[in-house]
Amino acid sequence: MGSLQPISGPWALIAMSLKVTIIFGVVVVVVAFSTLAERRVAAWIQDRRGPNRVGPFGLLQPVADGIKNLLKEETLPATASKAFFVLAPMFVLVPSLVTFAVIPIAAPLPTPAGVVDMIIADIPIGILYVLAFSSLAVYGVVLGGWASNNKYAFLGGLRASAQMVSYEVALGLSLITVLMMSGNVTLTEVVWQQQQLGMWFVFPLSLAFILFVVSAFAETNRLPFDMPEAESELVTGYHTEYSAMKFSAFIISEFGHMVTASALMATLFLGGWDLPGTWDDAFWHEGQLISGFAQDGGAILANPAWWKTVLTFGGFAVKTSFFMLLYMWVRWTLPRFRYDQVMALGWKVMLPTALAYAMLVGGAILVLDELGVPWGFWYGLALTGVSGAATVGFMFFLDRGRTIIGAAGQSRQKVSIMSISQPAPAGD
Amino acid sequence: MIEVLFYVFAAVALGGALGVVWAKSPVGSLLYMVATLASLACIFVLLEAHFLAAIQVIVYAGAIMVLFLFVIMLLNLGHDYQRDLKGGAFALLSFVIIGLMAGILARQFGENAITEPTAGGRAIDAALAEHGAVGAIAQPLYTTYVVPFEITGILLLVAIVGALVLAKKSSL
Repeated sequence: MGSLQPISGPWALIAMSLKVTIIFGVVVVVVAFSTLAERRVAAWIQDRRGPNRVGPFGLLQPVADGIKNLLKEETLPATASKAFFVLAPMFVLVPSLVTFAVIPIAAPLPTPAGVVDMIIADIPIGILYVLAFSSLAVYGVVLGGWASNNKYAFLGGLRASAQMVSYEVALGLSLITVLMMSGNVTLTEVVWQQQQLGMWFVFPLSLAFILFVVSAFAETNRLPFDMPEAESELVTGYHTEYSAMKFSAFIISEFGHMVTASALMATLFLGGWDLPGTWDDAFWHEGQLISGFAQDGGAILANPAWWKTVLTFGGFAVKTSFFMLLYMWVRWTLPRFRYDQVMALGWKVMLPTALAYAMLVGGAILVLDELGVPWGFWYGLALTGVSGAATVGFMFFLDRGRTIIGAAGQSRQKVSIMSISQPAPAGD
Repeated sequence: MIEVLFYVFAAVALGGALGVVWAKSPVGSLLYMVATLASLACIFVLLEAHFLAAIQVIVYAGAIMVLFLFVIMLLNLGHDYQRDLKGGAFALLSFVIIGLMAGILARQFGENAITEPTAGGRAIDAALAEHGAVGAIAQPLYTTYVVPFEITGILLLVAIVGALVLAKKSSL
């Protein structure tokens, strides 16, 4: 089976260059079109038409926006610290685009020269690399706010740093359960363990999924957590003083973070490029590309094909798009939090819940392993039960009978409108 | 290739370290420090210590330095800038220290340069192959060295509680 070896030699270099070019290009194009998608989805939710004049269905709108931003005048506030003001957009742009390097996007592609993994860099620290770069992203936002020398921008920068540091904790703790399940931090292994389990981690780790999604919204500064740029309070927050292409860099990086976070959520909790069934499973195990283990423990060799790569990439794209749509959907569904509510939610609700949940899942995994339950569908189902109970309990505690019950519950609450007593008409 | 990259990152790390001292504004110093920490992380990667590199960036560059930045900005430091180090005595002292360190390094490079993997290096390679990048550190940390590890944790907790008590007292 010479063709099932990983690609090597000069062909590996060519394959790597192609992968880097194509994935980077696709991410940038997706970012450009998601700015249009955001406006179209907003228009759709608000029963408007949205931008539909440039090109068919408004598809060339991002190009028009780009040209406009390139040609606009760059302003530099007189009191800004020049070096940091120019550096900040770069600091915010780079982390949002390099994170995609460790996310596997499809099943391995067989070529005559060897099998090509559909991931730029399968480094041994996978998720930690993502966390490292997402923690560096805060510098651009904070510096942009500080260097502008504008109190609104400065407040936006301060809020951003406090919020991103706070929610990073909950994000990391909700990830711990995923790492406990997958046994390794590389994202290829996370996908492989979901294939082996026979179900995606969103079911056995439902509460971690909810915590991760909420933290990811806060990390990307999207509504309802867009405190750093709350336009009703801070003009536009940290990028108030920015114009033209520097402003554009902030917007591109926001959408870049959204795309990366969506891809990450799809990989961690929805199986990444995995499609239902075991026909597409593939993983490098001791130098062999295998699709699973037989009853006697022997490895079953995988049978990669180009159409499997295409189909699994389609699955990955659909899952990522779903989370992108969720971002836009939530933006027009939930009102913005107050700043103290954001901090209270992060430290008093998300952090203790994530900690307790990590303990619960750890205990459940220990019990299942001690009972000798094999890693598979029933293992996942047992954990689904445990997590489902935890999720219901969490929702019930958080809700305290207000939102889920809805209008019927609220009708029991007494709402009295205090009327200002009218001064008695002057006597006749 | 790895050697070239090492010299690039070493140059950035050294340049950043000099920048920390020479920068006029505290925010500039802090950014130079982040550059130094990041290039040290890159050197860790070149040494195949991926986990250390990630932790270096997440903890130091991503969390501690952000808090520093937060404090510098909140207190708006740097406008009352003045030279803290004055006089030729400090300059002389620093030159002596730099000379000594350069001498030690030159001696190490000239005579005792390590060219072959040592026993320790081979043991690390074996541990990495067996447990993976994270397991190679987690395994000893939670088995052989679990007592010192937990004691360190308690020490940090005490430090946090102490800082909180002091902060509360001063505000009363």
